[in-house]
Formats: sequence, C-alpha cells, structure tokens
Amino acid sequence: MSTATQTRTPERGAPSSRTRTTGSLGAIVAAELTKLLHRPATWVLLGLWPALQLVFSTLIPYVSYRRGASYEGSPPEALLASTLPDRLVENTISGLPLFGGALLLTLGALLAGSEYGWGTLKTLLGQGPRRLTVLAGQLLALVVVLAGTVLFSFLLTALVSWAVATGAGATVDWPSAAQLARGFGGGLLIATTWGVLGMLLGTALRSTALPIGLGLVWVLAVENLIVNVAAPLLGAFDAAQAALPGVNAGSLVAALAGDDAELRTPGVAAIVDGGQAAWVLAGFLVLFTGLTALLLTRRDVT
Amino acid sequence: MQPVQESVGGRPGDDVVVLDGLTKRYGARTVVDDLSLTVRRGEVYGFLGPNGAGKTTTLRALLGLIRPTSGSATVLGRPAGASAVRVGALIEGPGFYPYLSGRDNLRVLARYAGAPPGRVDLVLSTVALTDRAGDRYSTYSLGMKQRLGVAAALLKDPELVILDEPTNGLDPAGITDMRALLRRLSAGGCTVVLSSHLLGEVEQVCDRVAVISTGRLVVESSVGDLLGLRRLVVEAEPLEEAAAVTAGLLGVERVSVEDGVLVVQAGPEDTARINRALVLADVDVTGLRQEVQTLEEVFLQMTGSGLAAAPPSDAPPGGSRRRLPEGAVR
Repeated sequence: MSTATQTRTPERGAPSSRTRTTGSLGAIVAAELTKLLHRPATWVLLGLWPALQLVFSTLIPYVSYRRGASYEGSPPEALLASTLPDRLVENTISGLPLFGGALLLTLGALLAGSEYGWGTLKTLLGQGPRRLTVLAGQLLALVVVLAGTVLFSFLLTALVSWAVATGAGATVDWPSAAQLARGFGGGLLIATTWGVLGMLLGTALRSTALPIGLGLVWVLAVENLIVNVAAPLLGAFDAAQAALPGVNAGSLVAALAGDDAELRTPGVAAIVDGGQAAWVLAGFLVLFTGLTALLLTRRDVT
Repeated sequence: MQPVQESVGGRPGDDVVVLDGLTKRYGARTVVDDLSLTVRRGEVYGFLGPNGAGKTTTLRALLGLIRPTSGSATVLGRPAGASAVRVGALIEGPGFYPYLSGRDNLRVLARYAGAPPGRVDLVLSTVALTDRAGDRYSTYSLGMKQRLGVAAALLKDPELVILDEPTNGLDPAGITDMRALLRRLSAGGCTVVLSSHLLGEVEQVCDRVAVISTGRLVVESSVGDLLGLRRLVVEAEPLEEAAAVTAGLLGVERVSVEDGVLVVQAGPEDTARINRALVLADVDVTGLRQEVQTLEEVFLQMTGSGLAAAPPSDAPPGGSRRRLPEGAVR
C-alpha cells in the first residue's frame, strides 16, 4: 500500500446533511446492470431462450415443410403457415411457460443466491443503502434485461419468419401494433414472474444450487404432473391447476396467440382465459416480490 | 472478572460508536452478552478476543447486518444500520464478484455508496492495487482480495471505518503498509474500529482496546493503561500470610495467588513498601521480581483462553489462579 497517497479528499470537512452518502435508485440500477451484463451466465441463459424458441417454433417446422413432412395429419403447408410473420407473437413467447421460464428462473436464482455465496450482499449493504432500495435496484435491472431479451426475441423471430415467408413466396402479414404490444407485455410479465420466483428461491435458500434445482423441478415436472396426471384424476387438482404460475403463463400465451392458433408447444394451453391469467401472474409477481422483500429486510445477514 | 471500564470523558458528540447492553442470541446460544462500550472520534479502537468471542457478530451489529436481541448500537449518532451514515466496513473477509475486475467491483460499489467515480482510482492507489485493477477478482491472491476489501471500505471517504481482521492474508510488507494506512486514516480524523488476533499489531496501532470473551466485555481501556497493569511476582512463606498483608496494603482486587506465588498488580514504586510490610509481618520473602507484560499476556490472563499464539512460558493463563476472599485482608 502506498504511504504517499492521500486517502481522503482534501475538501472533506464536517459531514453535511445534504451530502449524499448512499447511491440513488438510478445509480443502483446502473450498478446492477453492470453486474448482470458482465456476467457470462446472464448471456448464456438469456441467449439460450431466444435460440431455443427460434429452433422449435420456426426452424424445425420450416425444415419439416421443406422435406414435405406433415404434423399430426396436418399438411406441410400448415407447418409453413405456422412459421409466417402473422404468427410472430406466439412463435416469440410460446417457450416462456416452460423452457424459457426455467432459464429465466435460473437467472433470478443466480442473481439473488450468488450474493450470499460470494458474500457480496454484506459488501453491498456495507455501503449504506436501504435493503429495499437494493432489492428495487436488482428487480428493475432484471426487468430491463428481460425486456431487452423479449424484444430481441421478437426481432429475431420476425427476421427469420420474414426470411421464411419471402423464401417461400408467402404473404408477409404482420400482427397489428396492438397485438405486438400485448404480446410484448405478456411475454415480459411471464418472464418477470419466473425471474422473480428465482430471486425469491435464491433469497429464501441463500444459495444457488438448491433453488435452481427446486425451481426447475417445479417448472418442468411438478406443474406438468399436476396438469396431466393429477388434475384428470382428482377434482381438487383440477381446480388447483388454475392457480399455478406455469398454467397461467401457458394460458396467457394461448390467449395472446389468438383463437385460430395451433398450439403445439408444451406448456401452452388455454386452461384459463387470458385476462384471468394476466391477473393471476401479476398477483404472483407481487407475492414473490413481497416475500423476497420480507426475507431480505427481516433476516440477519450473516 | 468484572469488566474494567474507564469513564467516558469526552463530550457526547465525540462518541462515534456507543454500544449499550448489546445482546445477540441465536436460539439458546448467547453470542454477545450485554456488551457496552464507547468508541470516541478520531481514535483507533481495537477489538480483541479469542475465536468465537463475538467480535464479528458485534461488528455486524454495528453495520445493521444483524438485529440485536436486546440493547442498542448507535453509530455516528444514529441507530446502527441507518442509511446515509459515512461508515466503511470490511467484515469477515472480502466479498466481491469474481467475474468482475477489481476496478469494476469498486465501480459497482461506488454507485451503491453514492461516491464519485474518481474515488475508485484514489482508493485503488491507496491500497496499491492500481496495476492489477483491470484483472478479474477471481485471479487475485488472498492479500490482494483483502486489500480490495479495504479499498471498498474507503470508497465513501468514511468518518468511521470498521475492519474485521484487516491483515488476514497480508504478507509482512502488506501488514506494515496496513498499519501505516490505519495511522494515516486516524491522523486524517477518521475513526477506526478494528478487530484482530494479532495482538502485537493492536498494541502498535490502537489507542484503546476492548477485550471480549464469550460475548462479554472483559476490559475496555487504553493500551497504555492495560500494559501499565504491571505484575509484581512475590515468592514468600507463608504465602497466605503474605497475600493477606499485601491485600491489606493495596486492596484485595490487586492481589492473587498463581501457581504458588503471589502476583500483585503493582509497579516498581510499590516494591519496596510491599517488601517492608512483609518483613515486618514476619513473612520470609525469597523472591521479588517485576514482570512487564505484553498485551498478549494481558489478553491471555483476562480471557483465560488459548489463542492461536502459544502463551509465554513465564505467564501461563490463569488456570491455577485464584483471587483472595474479602476477609483475607490483614
């Protein structure tokens, strides 16, 4: 350590009540964005979702069409139609109820759980911000990143479906601006709900591995078992499935896709109507956020 | 042993940290027990205790990271953990983002602290990390990580710096530099609270120390006063008679019997009159010697514990030590 360097700024005098001694919410959001965008795991998880989405909703059906294959009795032309620009909304967000949700939940769990594993939560709090401000900053940064990813997924799918339509000589018929806006909003709502569930699990368990494992089992297995095995057998599960986050996410995507859409992505099914699904998801988002805030503010940081 | 506490002489505004009956329990286990102490503005305050004594828990309470079970902690006139207080801290080792560079880690924290971006390079240079600031934190050595932790504690240009074992992982040169940094901070008007198990270091750097053991305050005193509790070792026969005479002269609290000798808290100025009193009481005095203690010896006596360092051979911790009963005074 240099002994010649001045540690203290010369102008420092008695502390003024107007001196800012913690970062503003905007500064904390900027700090959280720096953390997220420099983290390799963020790019892997956020890159995988649009990539998988594109492969399963557009590329595989298009390749099948080119080979003249049919899907469950539908002619190849129906496969081509499902990849065209007018199906942009569902082709962009249909993965969110299941595999997209699993990836984003993982991101949320990493975001919150790593702070405990690396001992960085105490470092952040040691700089003096209120705990709720820290949480608000992390949530807003997550929403910004997720919004960027949903937007990127829309642009990527639009580009590829335009290329497919142009190559196949089909009509390029885009969804209306209102449909696109609703699709973007619905996609972001689903993405944020999964992300915040990940943050809740990461905060509750103060780690990353266990919350990710439990979250994945829930999203990929338990909800499917309830919907496909338990609900047809027992009336209680039939009623309860309407309150599951994944079921509501799938129902919201189904509603945004429109009545005439062919729903073949796992996890997407119109079990409840779209409006109800959006409200239930918003309720989950508030609940998960509230529980995370409660855990963060009430517990000792050790 | 009852805690020995100096009366606080400064004005109330001079008290940077005030702990009042701070207690922290985890279930049935009491980690910090009714701890009261005061840190004054501008001093370097050492927090000493064996492993598990409750040092880090107390420092966490100062930052508001944990909630006391009872009692209170006041920092710079506000409840501990209140935001907008100029406190910098390094608690229980550095915690940083391994995928970010040292500089980016500090940039993130500067935004959290509301510190101007220029502080980042200033504190990096203060801890001599400028050359490696662009490297990922995960590639740092233990000592570099520790220095980055200290740099983060200085980001806010704090009035109070709390450092938990700041020399952990530092090489001898790093320890010397850290000592110089602490002195510079203090000279600049900053108050420093540090915990350490390196007693020699505390002895060199701190103005005052608190010694805690099993969560309780053993003593809060200036280093000079602690070391000034010099020991006069008296070998005499009969020992009980010698103890009673000496206790009558100086007070029971300054006399104890340890391993077959009489140990008196007394300086050279008292030696002659103790000897005279013993001879007049027909006690055979076979040995009188003054022991100057290091802080380590004082610490070991007070906590009665084995620290990482071995106890000095001539000053065993008080296993066979016993105080005199009040009625033993002649």
